[in-house]
Amino acid sequence: MEISFDFEKPVADLMHQIEKVKQVEDKTKVDMTATVAELETKLQQAKLQVYSNLSGWQKVQISRHPNRPYTLQYIEMMCDDFIELHGDRTVKDDKAIVGGFASINGETVMLIGHQKGTNTKLRQYRNFGMANPEGYRKALRLMKLAEKFNKPVITFIDTPGAYPGLEAEERGQGEAIARNLLEMSVLQVPVLCFVVGEGASGGALGIGVGDRVYMLENTWYSVISPESCSSILWRSWDFKERAADKLKLTSEDMFKNKLIDGIIPEPLGGAHHDPQKMADTIKARITEDLAILRKKEINNLVDERIAKFRGMGVVNEI
Amino acid sequence: MAWFKREKKGIITSTEDKKEAPDGIWNKCPNCKKPLHYAEQVENKYVCHYCGYHLRIGSKEYFSILFDNNQFTELFNNLRSGDPLQFEDTKKYTDRLKESYAKTGLNDAIRSAHGKIGDQELVIACMDFNFIGGSMGSVVGEKIARSITYCIDNKIPFLMISKSGGARMMEAAFSLMQMAKTSAMLALLSRAKIPYISLLTDPTTGGVTASYAMLGDITISEPGALIGFAGPRVIKETIKKDLPKGFQTAEFVLEHGFLDFIVDRREMKTKLASFLTMMKN
Ligand SMILES: [Zn+2]
Repeated sequence: MEISFDFEKPVADLMHQIEKVKQVEDKTKVDMTATVAELETKLQQAKLQVYSNLSGWQKVQISRHPNRPYTLQYIEMMCDDFIELHGDRTVKDDKAIVGGFASINGETVMLIGHQKGTNTKLRQYRNFGMANPEGYRKALRLMKLAEKFNKPVITFIDTPGAYPGLEAEERGQGEAIARNLLEMSVLQVPVLCFVVGEGASGGALGIGVGDRVYMLENTWYSVISPESCSSILWRSWDFKERAADKLKLTSEDMFKNKLIDGIIPEPLGGAHHDPQKMADTIKARITEDLAILRKKEINNLVDERIAKFRGMGVVNEI
Repeated sequence: MAWFKREKKGIITSTEDKKEAPDGIWNKCPNCKKPLHYAEQVENKYVCHYCGYHLRIGSKEYFSILFDNNQFTELFNNLRSGDPLQFEDTKKYTDRLKESYAKTGLNDAIRSAHGKIGDQELVIACMDFNFIGGSMGSVVGEKIARSITYCIDNKIPFLMISKSGGARMMEAAFSLMQMAKTSAMLALLSRAKIPYISLLTDPTTGGVTASYAMLGDITISEPGALIGFAGPRVIKETIKKDLPKGFQTAEFVLEHGFLDFIVDRREMKTKLASFLTMMKN
């Protein structure tokens, strides 16, 4: 387990202490069991204290922890089989979005997700999870393929945003995302979406229109990152904590505001503390939901999906 | 999302100011700097008659240019933002809204109206850039959604005139979800086989480009309009290079295949009317 954030210091300190006591025990052969047990209790308390009171900004940090699982790792942990499919059939294969047919408990689904790299080289290869238009078009191609063969669509969202590049503009980044929003809203199969890391703006929503949209406990989802929000509204990078707070971007706030359908609990400290447990939790939710959604008449399902998004927003009638 | 960086050029006096303005008022063309007489601007559909520059105008002007005899029924004008997040940055969102109501005489960054163009029924929803940078929040999304329902119920074509810096940050994820909401509603309009014309005007960027603006049965623009997903400044910072001349102009977007045509504002009404006629016959 890797501890890396300032706010995790009480936990890190206790872990360090326990380590030290164990070393002393090894050297001196004096029985320290009681001391260790006492520290372990304190550690559990410290963890609960730290992790159950996370601020918006702290959750943003956890959502970006480099050891968090990404789509391909989840697929490995969740699926009996996976056939990755590539390319948008027009320009190229975008490495920031992956997808393919996957088997979950023997049921075939189309699984699509943002993919970040796990080391410096791969992070570049995956463009830090920032897709170009062809990523969104590949995703749409796969969704239409799933629709054709009546397979449900599962998406994993984890992106700092759609890539703001020159070629992305040339190839219609806006149109690519817009098209996905429209097509996903009327896709004739069940669609489940999971924000598993960062849910930044249109780049996240571009694969995020579903019958059920979930956020993992320590993820964020909003119209802009707290850093960019700070730089725009406060004209300084120093207000990211406040921006994170004001944007109400945590899973709790998003659920309270009825902008997502549920929260998936994470292992204490975050998904990276126990990836397999996290994958099992998500898998259980997928299995449970698909059993329910499969029973619905598809036209009703689509109508309900549209009605759900139609209902989002708060206006006053004057 | 770059409304805060909006350039002043091209934004003409607000609707309220104009009522008070004497007829003889002179403006400078932001492009060629030649003086433009107010009456001439109106006469010339707010296009500079020296250089053809299309001045930035709002819903009032577009309605007057497009609707027959400037006659229309405004729809859903009673909607205002609910401030669901009690948002506050350097200013309270509610204060920002109050200032914008006072400054513009508008209830939000969009107005919708039902009228006729070349004697054919049309609903136009038009964004107003001088209301918090034409940003898209719940009211913009809701008015578009209601306008679409109105079009489906009454079998009337829909023209959306976009002019926006993108999503409104003060409504955060509520703004983001307006993208999904409007796109889903457009899917219903499409299913009803009712024509949807999307007109992108200067500027159209961010979440507006990445939703309803890019989903027209025909998607069109005016000469020189800035159209993009990411703002030019963000792209420049990302690629660390200067952007090529003409990047993200309507002409550039047309060339890359994302617009059906660019139309001079002075010919817009005629062209739209003939499109509507063709759809009917
Ligand atoms: Zn001029």
